[in-house]
Amino acid sequence: MSVQAAPPLEERQKPPRRRKKSAALYEVVLPLIATAGLFLLWEGACRAFGIPGYLLPAPTDIWKDTMAIGPTVAGHTVATFKTVMLGFAVSILISLPLAVLLTASPAIAAAVYPFLVWTQSIPKVALAPILVVLLGTNELPRIVITVLVAFFPLVISIATGLLSVPPELIELSRACRASKLSELLRIRLPYAIPFIFAGLKVAISLAVVGAVVAEFVNADAGLGFLIQTSTAFFKVPVAFGALIILSVMGVVLFQIVVVAERVFFPWSSSNTTPGA
Amino acid sequence: MISLNRVTRIFNSRDGDQVTALQDVSLEIGRNEFITLVGPSGCGKSTLLRIVAGLTLPTAGRASIGGEEITEPRAETGIVFQAPTLLPWASVVDNVLFPLRMMHRIDSTSADKAMALLKLVGLTGFEGKSPRELSGGMQQRVAICRALVHDPDILLMDEPFGALDALTREEMTMELLRIWGERPKTVLFVTHSITEAVVLADRVVVMSPRPGRIAEIIDIGLPRPRSFETEATPEFHEASHRIRQLIFGTRHVGSGRAAA
Repeated sequence: MSVQAAPPLEERQKPPRRRKKSAALYEVVLPLIATAGLFLLWEGACRAFGIPGYLLPAPTDIWKDTMAIGPTVAGHTVATFKTVMLGFAVSILISLPLAVLLTASPAIAAAVYPFLVWTQSIPKVALAPILVVLLGTNELPRIVITVLVAFFPLVISIATGLLSVPPELIELSRACRASKLSELLRIRLPYAIPFIFAGLKVAISLAVVGAVVAEFVNADAGLGFLIQTSTAFFKVPVAFGALIILSVMGVVLFQIVVVAERVFFPWSSSNTTPGA
Repeated sequence: MISLNRVTRIFNSRDGDQVTALQDVSLEIGRNEFITLVGPSGCGKSTLLRIVAGLTLPTAGRASIGGEEITEPRAETGIVFQAPTLLPWASVVDNVLFPLRMMHRIDSTSADKAMALLKLVGLTGFEGKSPRELSGGMQQRVAICRALVHDPDILLMDEPFGALDALTREEMTMELLRIWGERPKTVLFVTHSITEAVVLADRVVVMSPRPGRIAEIIDIGLPRPRSFETEATPEFHEASHRIRQLIFGTRHVGSGRAAA
């Protein structure tokens, strides 16, 4: 009995160190191993079963073909990245005042909210060609579509955050006879930070989706354009290469948002939840 | 100091009904008097406090401080809520300074004031910590400092120890008596605890619900400074017993007939 009882006690004394170690293990090492394993399996399967390259190219072929036109791919990547970042930035610039407006008065919320939902119910792929006619074949319609895809969850989470302030703090602010503006700047916005970042994480992921959707319809550059043209010419490995670059871009941008929250707002509650 | 004259407050509930939270409440509170409000839920204690705070206006009657009618929150009133509601992004000292900042009253002496208050509540050395590093009792001490930082003459406390565990609660009660001894204020203190109400107060205002009104005002003649020993005195028991009778009626006293 006593032998069995001993180990848990020892374990109980260890946790802080253990948790740190396992956090690094879980967050970095395990995903890397899993990804590497997946690629090995993929490569092995392609060779063992002789899967034709136009159906499922092996990772080595993807690498070879993509690197063969390296500078071109880099150019397309930069083009997509630019659309994503501009769309993301405009989404933030639109969402913040919109959320403040929505939460400022029930009347405004009632008037504007249906339009917001309406913008979300329109399929963006269907909207894209129309926007090209309206705005021309330049970068503008691509950014507009990216914004339309990305801004909605951001507005909703910022608005939720602005309303999540404990009523006592609003009363305290009233008791201090503070203006609505300083209530917004000193209480509501800081309180909304965890919600804002939750929205930013969704928005940055959606911005990548939106940019590619826009490039499918109207573009002479960008990874979406590259996927379309290369599949048209049966250069499937290049299309896969573009796909992988897109997913890496999405993951890296997402992680930048996560790290930005940790660095600039270490008190933010979502930092303490796992998976953030 | 604070004067309530036949104050009535009616709320319109969502389904259109009218709820009388307070009816014809009259109360005179002297300068530096410690008043506790005790009574069952729904007796209008918090409404009364909010009217004095200027956060709610009376439907009828007159509420005034120093002869001036209360129509809006007043700068010289401090409020402590049941939850500490500290700002999670600000340090302890910045939380204490928060009202001054909101009132644009911050100056070179403010930091010293905040530090003196933190010393008063025994939190010296914690000024740079973040609120979530503190226990519930410590957070509520910070909230008390925050309510005192602009040196108000009235302190309103809405069940300030209601969310604390029983031991911390007793400790904080004595702590508050000590703070009040060092910095006399007119205090209006809402509580559900009869013990707390008696041990703190100069006068206990016992309220009854539906509609909220004052059942009786009981003078507590217990000598100050008070301590845990105060609770062992016959006067303490007498007052507590009287309050219990007022709140529960004769329901719990022996025979079942009493309820009718």
